[in-house]
Amino acid sequence: MAGPADMPAATLTPPRDRPAASAGARALLEVRALSLSFATSDGDLNVIRDVSFSVAPGERVGIVGESGCGKTVTGLALLRLLPARSARLSGEIRFEGQDLATLPERQMRAVRGRDIAMIFQEPMSALDPVFTVGDQIGEAYRAHFPADRREARARAIAALAEVGIPAPERRCDDYPHQLSGGMRQRVMIAMALICRPKLLIADEPTTALDVTVQSQITDLLQRLSEATGTALLFITHDLGVVAETCTRMITMYAGEVVEDAPVDAALTRPGHPYTSGLLRSLPGLSARRGALPSIPGRVPSLLAMPPGCRFQPRCGHAAVNCASAQPLVERAPSHRVRCCRARELTLPGAVR
Amino acid sequence: MSLSSKSAVIGRRLVQAVPVLVLSTFIVFALLKLVPGDVAVTLAGDNASDARIAEIRHLYGLDQPFLVQYGAWLWKALHGDLSHSLLSSEAVVASIARCLPHTLLVVVLAMALALLIGIPLGIAAASRQDSWLDGLVMTIASLGVAVPNFWLGMLLVALFALDLNWLPATGAVSLSQSVGGALSHAILPACALAAGGIAEVARQLRSSLVEILHSQQVRTLHAKGLSPSAILWRHGLKNVSVNLLTVISLLFNRLLAATVVVEAVFAIPGMGGLIVNAAIHRDFPVVQGVVFVMVLIVVAINLVTDILYNLLDPRIA
Repeated sequence: MAGPADMPAATLTPPRDRPAASAGARALLEVRALSLSFATSDGDLNVIRDVSFSVAPGERVGIVGESGCGKTVTGLALLRLLPARSARLSGEIRFEGQDLATLPERQMRAVRGRDIAMIFQEPMSALDPVFTVGDQIGEAYRAHFPADRREARARAIAALAEVGIPAPERRCDDYPHQLSGGMRQRVMIAMALICRPKLLIADEPTTALDVTVQSQITDLLQRLSEATGTALLFITHDLGVVAETCTRMITMYAGEVVEDAPVDAALTRPGHPYTSGLLRSLPGLSARRGALPSIPGRVPSLLAMPPGCRFQPRCGHAAVNCASAQPLVERAPSHRVRCCRARELTLPGAVR
Repeated sequence: MSLSSKSAVIGRRLVQAVPVLVLSTFIVFALLKLVPGDVAVTLAGDNASDARIAEIRHLYGLDQPFLVQYGAWLWKALHGDLSHSLLSSEAVVASIARCLPHTLLVVVLAMALALLIGIPLGIAAASRQDSWLDGLVMTIASLGVAVPNFWLGMLLVALFALDLNWLPATGAVSLSQSVGGALSHAILPACALAAGGIAEVARQLRSSLVEILHSQQVRTLHAKGLSPSAILWRHGLKNVSVNLLTVISLLFNRLLAATVVVEAVFAIPGMGGLIVNAAIHRDFPVVQGVVFVMVLIVVAINLVTDILYNLLDPRIA
């Protein structure tokens, strides 16, 4: 097969084995009824339930939700990076036809970093402090492709240049502690993209960075995703970032997907009262009048999930039917909502 | 790291070692003065006249002010002269040269055992955390810490020397006389001494490895698609090497102190016997000399440790 070894290291190249992304093409990633629970001393603790969504090649999808809604755990579950002894996974993670949920560990290892890469929230603690960044980037390449140290180093330097690090030949020999937070996140991105993965999972990649650096990193991710055709699964609680970079937005609440819609539709015509509440509570996106609206109440505890709609106790639109289990319903083409009133309600979105 | 910063580190540590040396010898000197009893009385023998005792005091400079005595000792020590034993009048340097090799052989052997056994045990336990193997290793480690080394020494003598007759029970042979003889004499005391060291190395290595293996940086390595063995051997061990080095250097210093008891059990004519005997008979120059050499060794070990820290961890400068 044609690997990155055949391609010049310094230029942006599309992922392996793939013609240009086309609309309506088979999904790259298709998650079906994914549930996850952790075995604890108090019994199994269900953290995500019936999560289904798909990502097309080259697509940029945002997963939003407040802390504890299961979005980070979903990202880790896709790569099976959760502790094997306590995490119980069910459902399917179809990636290019194979089910990652049941793939043997050895084959799963070949997928990690090569087909699906991941970057994390804390670039400070996500890098190994006792190896140079060049070494760590080259290692990601050498884990999947035969290359000697010299070639790995050359590729690492090219990757550093690609993510906008000045003087990459010198920076290559720096240790993580010698770099700023933004630079470290760039290193993480360079490391994640060096094998030209088809999907990059970015778990709150800008949360730990200061505001000016945040937008640089977001722009970089969008630019690289566009240039290389790498699909992006952007896990964040920053709706502004999703609005800017993503084409689709998945809203999670209390371990469930409550809405899955194209970004424009999600932002202007949200179908789920929770999405609407999130949007209206944003100072930047809501109308400038009066007090900032907020969602009353708090997220239910994992141990005491309400039956039926999990948002019902906090929802201003709750009706009799909300007490029964809520499936994801099609509200409009490619706009699915986990709410029985989705078709009748017209909810306020963000004023743009 | 550049060469100049390395030599700067060495220079800084050497300068820091000077007050440590002065202070520790001063404290020992002062303590010896506080000990009741008078070496001059001992030296003068029974029924000695006061005049005779005073004469002896003067002869050894014991009638001079405390600080003058200490200053004179320090000045000579700096020139390599640790003066003479008050009792045997052998040069202290010569006594130490005779005893130190026996002690060092036991300590180095014990250290080697602690590392050769402790490191694999720690790695095995950490890489199979919470398995039966982990439980077994940690139980053995707890035992190793709990068992007193002199008691273990006696058990070893009873089994391997008296019952099985494989190894000599007591005494020591110097390496220059016979390597085999020296080792066969040193192996039992080294085992007795090493038990605690094995336990400590295994426990510390396990806990720091487990911490690293659950860290976010290791999660990144998994996300890169690295195999568990590459993560453990390449990244895990390099990350815990600083912790391990700390354990090793502290352990070496502690073994050096612990030999006193073990040497007594095995009747080894080492530094332990030398200093205990000298302290009992108020033979100040010998006590002082032994302490001086021990402090020198500890300072040297700490210096080497500091240099190695710099090589192992780029964050330390």
